[in-house]
Amino acid sequence: MSDLEIQAGLGRSARAPRPAHPPRRGRRPRIGVAETLSGLFALFLVAAALAPALVAPGDPLGIDPLSAFQAPSLVHGFGTDESGRDIFTRVVHGTGSSLLIGTLATLIGLGLGLVLGTLAGMLGPVVDFTVNRLLEVLFAFPGLLLALLFILVFGPGVASATVAVGLATAPGYARIIRAQLVSVRSSAFVEAATVLGLGRGRILARHILPNTLAPLFVLGTLGIGQAIVWASALSYLGLGATPPAAEWGAMLSAGRTYIGSAWWMSFFPGLFIVLAAVSATALGRGIDRRLRHA
Amino acid sequence: MPDAAAQARSTLRALRRSVPGLILVRLVGAGFVLWMVATLTFFAVRLIPGDPAEAILGGPGSQTSPAALAAVRAEYGLDLPVFTQYLAQLGRLVTGDLGRSYALNQDVAPLLAGQLGGTLLLAVLALAVAWLLALVLATWSTRGGRFAWFLGSGLEIVSAALPHFWLATALIVLFSVWLGWLPPVSTAGPAGLVLPVLTLAVPLAGFLGQIMRESLLAALESPFVLSARARGEGERGIRWVHALRHAALPAISLSGWAFGSLISGAVVVETIFARPGLGRTLLNAVTVRDVPVVVGTVLVVALGYILMTLLTDLAQRLADPRLRTR
Amino acid sequence: MSAESAESAESLAPGPAAALPATAAAAAPIVPVVRVRNLSVGFGPEPGASPVVEGISFDVAPGECLALVGESGSGKSVTARSLLGLAGDTAWLRADELTLGASGVLEISEAAWRCRRGRDVGLVLQDALVSLDPLRPVGREIADSLRLHTRLGAAARHARVLELLARVGLPDGENQARKRSGELSGGQRQRALIAAAIALDPPFLIADEPTTALDVTVQAQILDLLADLKRRGTGILLISHDLAVVGRIADRIAVLSEGRIVEQGPTAAVLAAPEDPVTRRMLAAVPVDKPRGLRLTAQLAPALTAQLALRDAEPARAVDAEAGAHPAAPAAAREVVLEATGLVKRFTRPDGSVQAAVDDVSFRLERGTTLGIVGESGSGKTTLARLVLALARPDAGEVRVLGEPFSVAGERAGAEKARRLLRPQLGAVYQDALSSFDPRLTVGDVLRDAVGGRTGGTTVGTTVDTTVDTTVDTTVDTTVDTTGAGRSRGRDGLRSRGGSVDRSDAAGRRIRELLDAVGLPASLLTRRPLSLSGGQRQRVGIARALASEPQILICDEPVSSLDVTVQAQVLDLLDDLQRDLGLSVLFISHDLGVIQHVSDRVAVMRDGRIVESGAAGQVFGAPQHPYTRALLGAVPRLG
Repeated sequence: MSDLEIQAGLGRSARAPRPAHPPRRGRRPRIGVAETLSGLFALFLVAAALAPALVAPGDPLGIDPLSAFQAPSLVHGFGTDESGRDIFTRVVHGTGSSLLIGTLATLIGLGLGLVLGTLAGMLGPVVDFTVNRLLEVLFAFPGLLLALLFILVFGPGVASATVAVGLATAPGYARIIRAQLVSVRSSAFVEAATVLGLGRGRILARHILPNTLAPLFVLGTLGIGQAIVWASALSYLGLGATPPAAEWGAMLSAGRTYIGSAWWMSFFPGLFIVLAAVSATALGRGIDRRLRHA
Repeated sequence: MPDAAAQARSTLRALRRSVPGLILVRLVGAGFVLWMVATLTFFAVRLIPGDPAEAILGGPGSQTSPAALAAVRAEYGLDLPVFTQYLAQLGRLVTGDLGRSYALNQDVAPLLAGQLGGTLLLAVLALAVAWLLALVLATWSTRGGRFAWFLGSGLEIVSAALPHFWLATALIVLFSVWLGWLPPVSTAGPAGLVLPVLTLAVPLAGFLGQIMRESLLAALESPFVLSARARGEGERGIRWVHALRHAALPAISLSGWAFGSLISGAVVVETIFARPGLGRTLLNAVTVRDVPVVVGTVLVVALGYILMTLLTDLAQRLADPRLRTR
Repeated sequence: MSAESAESAESLAPGPAAALPATAAAAAPIVPVVRVRNLSVGFGPEPGASPVVEGISFDVAPGECLALVGESGSGKSVTARSLLGLAGDTAWLRADELTLGASGVLEISEAAWRCRRGRDVGLVLQDALVSLDPLRPVGREIADSLRLHTRLGAAARHARVLELLARVGLPDGENQARKRSGELSGGQRQRALIAAAIALDPPFLIADEPTTALDVTVQAQILDLLADLKRRGTGILLISHDLAVVGRIADRIAVLSEGRIVEQGPTAAVLAAPEDPVTRRMLAAVPVDKPRGLRLTAQLAPALTAQLALRDAEPARAVDAEAGAHPAAPAAAREVVLEATGLVKRFTRPDGSVQAAVDDVSFRLERGTTLGIVGESGSGKTTLARLVLALARPDAGEVRVLGEPFSVAGERAGAEKARRLLRPQLGAVYQDALSSFDPRLTVGDVLRDAVGGRTGGTTVGTTVDTTVDTTVDTTVDTTVDTTGAGRSRGRDGLRSRGGSVDRSDAAGRRIRELLDAVGLPASLLTRRPLSLSGGQRQRVGIARALASEPQILICDEPVSSLDVTVQAQVLDLLDDLQRDLGLSVLFISHDLGVIQHVSDRVAVMRDGRIVESGAAGQVFGAPQHPYTRALLGAVPRLG
């Protein structure tokens, strides 16, 4: 079991049917308040990542010792840090790297998971057994442990942390993809296609792949949130991006020293991490519901 | 050939049906996983660029004489062929010898043994608190009404997304800096445990709560609950006698995962609260590239994780009679 | 409370009420166990708006069984739950009177309801596997009512549980009480569920589809048990979709349709002389004892002339005409299109033992006929269907299609490639149509795939297919009347070939023909199967099966998840298609009534073996094997 499998709703008992409880039963789920807010926040993040100067026209690294440690005010919405840099500007300028790290890590994890999961699901029982044992071994390095081991070997740094998070999430993806593949392959509609006389290649292209890959979109969305949290945790521990880089985790790490006097230095970067993760979860679930009811 | 495989499979299946048989099968599996973990870490560590002997003597760049390097190589067996080193390492592991720390000039096994207790205490307390929080949240948010439902699911998603390092910071600011109720660093005694435990428990409760609420809802809508209501069972009886057990089952099956995520969280929490423990030892060792300590910690955590999964399996069989009969 | 509970605990043995036969009700003024006047129930924030149940009234006297019969969505279950105050948080309820026993239950508090439930009224749901808590021993479930409503101690409760288990026909109660619902067989579970409902001897029992998930022999036993309770004086409200089932024990029948009671009267009268069209339609739809070929629905009759024209022209049907309507022709006269010889399929059970799900099964399906395979759950029917369709590999034996080997034990890995040439000759209709459709695809996509899928098999198709003859098409086209035109043109189209026309255009036209043939409008093409009704889904499934112009149709429980009138429509449709297209059908079902109605020849399966086979009339008229006799004896019949 991995964080992702729970977020994706795969942790529920296989026997219990998916409850059709509130929000109201209906043909197509409405776009809820949570999804709308999450979508807006995600748009804001993307804008901040693509054009940070437009969202916050200051210099994220510009030192201004005279205005150090200012509490949040109208001038400095999120306050300033020990060198007088505007926290809001830094948070906005840090969006790009945090988002990029999260996305790349997710792509790495998803890619590795796809390879492993597909091998296990498609190439017969021997490969399946082998891959499953490998996954069991990888799951024995829970959470950040695999990432830490990777960093031990390849040294700290942004690139290393990104790959490390990708690697650490890969077993979870692999297992989900394998399970999905196996269930689609043995589904009644694939059997029906066999009975119709469709060839293996056609069944694969028409039924198995689309039905296996569609949920990956949901997984990826959920995973980006998780990857951002993990990558910033590594940065916070001094193993990823390091201050004075405007990366959320690194900013939090820098603010740690001044926790007693300048809470805003830690609070706002962290808030963005939480909001990013929450919107990723809410959006992922929204997409999931839509796919199921479409 | 396929007959032999089928035979083996059916023997295995028969074995799994009894509890001692299950434990045996799982222990063999656990042994295999541990072996693979040891192998993987051994060869991964060999990918580290640079000379391990140099690392032992203070890292690259430090002025060390060739004689000293040679002595260290001989002491740590680094001059032997890789495979011999691998076998020697496995042999040491079997006897519980995890090697010697590069940085701390101390044997790894006793070092970790000293740190284990604190981390386990933290993890167990956090797991218990997380269960309690999740249970309360799940039962309350399914009491009825859309408001409770939305609030409950919202709280779960948010707390599951809370990074430990930020939550810890927020708790310290709130309870130590502003209110001054609790110490910002982990001191001896129960007061010092409150914030670390909460930091670990809240995100975990978010995950467990999601699972519990969904299965609780499924149970509440099931025909057997309707049957029970038709017998005159009240709302409290429905929840406590019937539904809650069904809600707990999937959460129990997550305990192995929960343990892993708690250990992983302990790395952050122990660092922030300056609490001695496995996590902090691991982080320090990664930072200074103290390979034997990292490898030793990883192996200990893997062992703990595997034991926890085994316990989870047994607990599930206890809680769910269906697993016993099928 | 304590006096009452003591009394209820003592009155286990036939109480005073038990002595009163139902017919004596007229002699003394007997208080009905339930009295409902003008009950309306609905869901939503606005009371009175969009009712699901509207203005229904009925009584149930002690020792009487009233059957509430209706199709899915008619409001039966909502009615049952309303009588227990369990319609749900979002439900509104209005009635002039709602009385359980002596006192009314309208507007009483939830706490008051809890005191009444289990004591004044008991509920038995369908499928006890999910209606009994799978985590608790059934003994505890049964003791629940005692725990809630009496002050009996644990030992007394246990003694009572054993007594109840014995009464519902579960001997060895000491052992059974410790088991969970998953460890009991379907019949035992249902008995335990009934024991839980009658723990306090409630004078009124609501049984909501109590036998729906059960095998026919077990169903008969459970109905006997309910009849026994009735004799002891319990008033029963039996809710069912099946007129034949309720006919066995109901004294009166109330037919529910769209939330209203359309007809209510003594069982014999309702079954013999139904007054309402809804009742008549439901009765006509029951396939039991309806001879092969007799229509179960009235609405498709207009196409008859067209069918007759087609039949005359078709060689396969000429044989029929000589031999009468449907009786099996001499064996020599017909070609065997599908043949299974010595099929065996073994499975390893969870405990490691090996079990043969299909054990040395052989049969032959002759052109233009229907072979019905009937068996209870676990008899191996579905495995047999999978073997015939080559979805599972036999451990021994072989399946031949049109004389060519189709699925053979121990075949090479690449055999599927060769088999694909023969696959278009076999169409398959599944029980769960919905799950047989890719959830991402629309009806149009599904059919387009099926039409496209036949291209691989055209060579075989053309060589074997000899029954087509273009002159048939023209004759039919000129003779059809207006109402039947669309349908019959669709069927002719099934036999016409795309020829040189543009391929995609031909595919589009064929899809339309297929939809026409199964009686679906083209507007469904853009819908997803999930949004269709059960009957519509099964029609799409049939259209897909016909897309490759198969000569053989394999139907695995094609109607068992459908309402009886919808079932009748689908059975009629299959019959029409068989007639028009000269299909040979392997029809697998657990339902003897359905099998009797559709089959020329019948094979009875039990524990993986065929215990008896022969012409339908012979098997049903003079069954040889004791198991067949037991099965037939258990079939619910009308009247």
